[in-house]
Amino acid sequence: MAFMKRHETLERHSLLLTIGILVVVAIGGLVEIAPLFYLDNTIEKVQGMRPYTPLELKGRNIYMREGCYVCHSQMVRPLRDEVERYGHYSLAAESMYDHPFQWGSKRTGPDLARVGGKYSDEWHVDHLTEPKSVVPDSVMPPYAFLKKKKLRFDDIEDHLKTLRMAGVPYTDDMIANAKADLVAQASPGADYDAEDALVARYEAASGRQGSVKVSDFDRNPGEPTEMDALIAYLQMTGTLVDFSTYEADDLNNRR
Amino acid sequence: MYETLASFAQTWGLGLFVLMFSVAVAYALWPGNRETFREAAHQPLTEKAPSDD
Amino acid sequence: MSAHTTANQRTGWGFSVGTVSLLVGAVSLAVLLIAANATDPMMAAHAWIFFFLTVSGLLITGFWAGSLQKRDPFDPAFYEDTIVKFGVAAAMFWGIAGFLVGLIIALQLTFPNLLYFPDFGWTNFGRLRPLHTSAVIFAFGGNVLIATSFYVVQRTCRTRLAGGLWPWFVFWGYNLFIVIAGTGYLLGVTQSKEYAEPEWYADLWLTIVWVVYLLVFLGTLWKRKEPHIYVANWFYLSFIVTIAMLHIVNNLAIPVSLTGSKSYQLFAGVQDALTQWWYGHNAVGFFLTTGFLAIMYYFIPKRVNRPVYSYRLSIVHFWSLIFIYIWAGPHHLHYTALPQWAQTLGMVFSVMLWMPSWGGMINGVMTLSGAWDKLRTDPVVRMMIVALAFYGMSTFEGPLMSVRAVNSLSHYTEWGIAHVHSGSMGWVGFISFGALYCLVPWLWKRPALYSKSLVEWHFWLATLGILFYIVAMYVAGIMEGFMWRAYNEFGFLEYSFIETVKAKHIMYMVRAGGGLLYLTGALLMAYNLIRTAMGHGEARSTATDETSTPNPALQPAE
Repeated sequence: MAFMKRHETLERHSLLLTIGILVVVAIGGLVEIAPLFYLDNTIEKVQGMRPYTPLELKGRNIYMREGCYVCHSQMVRPLRDEVERYGHYSLAAESMYDHPFQWGSKRTGPDLARVGGKYSDEWHVDHLTEPKSVVPDSVMPPYAFLKKKKLRFDDIEDHLKTLRMAGVPYTDDMIANAKADLVAQASPGADYDAEDALVARYEAASGRQGSVKVSDFDRNPGEPTEMDALIAYLQMTGTLVDFSTYEADDLNNRR
Repeated sequence: MYETLASFAQTWGLGLFVLMFSVAVAYALWPGNRETFREAAHQPLTEKAPSDD
Repeated sequence: MSAHTTANQRTGWGFSVGTVSLLVGAVSLAVLLIAANATDPMMAAHAWIFFFLTVSGLLITGFWAGSLQKRDPFDPAFYEDTIVKFGVAAAMFWGIAGFLVGLIIALQLTFPNLLYFPDFGWTNFGRLRPLHTSAVIFAFGGNVLIATSFYVVQRTCRTRLAGGLWPWFVFWGYNLFIVIAGTGYLLGVTQSKEYAEPEWYADLWLTIVWVVYLLVFLGTLWKRKEPHIYVANWFYLSFIVTIAMLHIVNNLAIPVSLTGSKSYQLFAGVQDALTQWWYGHNAVGFFLTTGFLAIMYYFIPKRVNRPVYSYRLSIVHFWSLIFIYIWAGPHHLHYTALPQWAQTLGMVFSVMLWMPSWGGMINGVMTLSGAWDKLRTDPVVRMMIVALAFYGMSTFEGPLMSVRAVNSLSHYTEWGIAHVHSGSMGWVGFISFGALYCLVPWLWKRPALYSKSLVEWHFWLATLGILFYIVAMYVAGIMEGFMWRAYNEFGFLEYSFIETVKAKHIMYMVRAGGGLLYLTGALLMAYNLIRTAMGHGEARSTATDETSTPNPALQPAE
């Protein structure tokens, strides 16, 4: 009986230990992470951000699937050499619709935060098919198979709906027309009405002219391939924000 | 909002952490715990079966 | 008393076998439904793997339970050592697999056409690198931690593992998670968060397994026969509790469909980034540090037969380590779009972390005081002490790299790769090897290891391998960091990016050589341990004299 009584307090002790550990390790995360959701100046006020078009979203998922983030960062730091090499330093606002973020942690290859528009679509097709054909000393693996794989997008509406649940402002219109938008972005000239509708929808969200690029990204007319999607994504990274309206010294943009 | 949080962290928050650390150090150095810790430290060195009492 | 607990346990064994079977059965039914309705081929593949393995598990459990007749498989008079043996074997297997994949990807960066199939992306670097990191951290490290925690908690509580069949659920469930994670990377199933790549369904499964792990561990503490909770168990407990918290928060995601593999993270951008590195840094802190410090706190005192140098120090450094570690994550995000106040907090706590880290190292090393000769005579002890030296080195380097000015140079370069490998190969690897070399003779009741000279060979090959590896990566990292920011006389950037890649070629070769040495050492260890378990060579039991082995007393109940 005496043994049982002691046993009881011991049980309580190991539970106390568990609770103590949990409290001690919870503090740091709470203090650091929680304010990011509430402090207004965490994300800058900028013009031009919009949700990804369905084709770009698919491309972004391929970027993640192939583990591009393992070797390529998407975060230009405000250091002189980086700004000169890659472009304007990255803003928090630029990844506000990124579920998840793709800032990366290693640059075995160059930063890709502003790769959009730097190279032609043809260059990207050649480079992804055989990197050494355009960069002889490259150590990047070849991704020729992307050209042959037809893009699977029968459930694209569900992807947009899921992201809307997580807070991305996709409109009902965007969701209802997701399939048509996806096809239209990769098939210029095929259906002018669909193309115009896509551009109008996403430019309205962005508030900027010219923020949606329509192209036969893989230079292979016909059904969209994974190559179309990946290049569509790469060609828009870092191009949305209108830096002519961004005021770095504004108090709301200080961080 | 930011200023309020920052000033709290730099005063009461800091004090709380110092207090927590003092409690841990006091517990470790409390003379009454010396024997407990000695026993505990030697515990793994004796090898007994679960049935030994 | 004894009769009471035995009877209690007996009703318990049928109960635990029943409840485990019920849970696993329910899961296999659910995955069968998913397999039949899968919306993408990856989910179908995973659901079938899951179904096949859970059903096999159920069948094996059924046959095993049927063969028991009246024997109590969870007799409280005995320690549960079979599960530890399985854990040791799994750790060995996954360790070699993980080191091998590491060598392959090191060679891929050196000779880029190796194992690249342009029409087939499965073996591309981007898919193999998560396979390598997960295999060494979670498969190798995780199995080492499960095996040693089950061994240590039983010995220091002087009671059999709680929960009957449930510990086995933890072991097999965890390894099933590893299989799902690893095959997922090859198939391209990833949520792209480093060290948390597995998708939502694998995360859910791991959550169940982990909660059971916590309950088994706590249950064993609750029925302990020793008055104190030995400090190693504190470290194991903080590892289990904190990893649960980190895993759940960092993997909050919304699946696109319950029958599809893809999900989207709940958080976005800057909030997601900080959550990820809060997780990522504390996976280092609580998986690779506190878990392995627990190993240190049991295996070093046990091996040299001396109590830990200062029990008081262990308490102070325990609480300060777990408190400070959790804040350090933002140092992974210096100069990024994370608000600067968070970066500063991360840096300050990272620098403070140096102290408790070295407290642990000093406590481990000084445990040898008065028995320094063992460093010369016992290569296993030497391995564990060198592990602590690497721990001390990387926990000094870590705070240094977390200073913003240093970080602006080191971040994104091979310097980071050098840092994590001195920590993982040196600290985690060596302390694990030490524990495995201790455990195999103890578990299989052998007087010694099959061959001590093979341990020497392992020690020197692995040490040399680490040195080649980290020196090459320090040179490569610092060099590319300076090349990226170099300006020519006209004020333009001196080097194009590809020139900095080309410059690392020789260093990549040296690094792969280091990896090869490390893998060779691990293969020698596997061979040595297998021969030890079989009772060959010096492991042959000569007589009743087993003084060098603490006898884990498998005696019948009194």
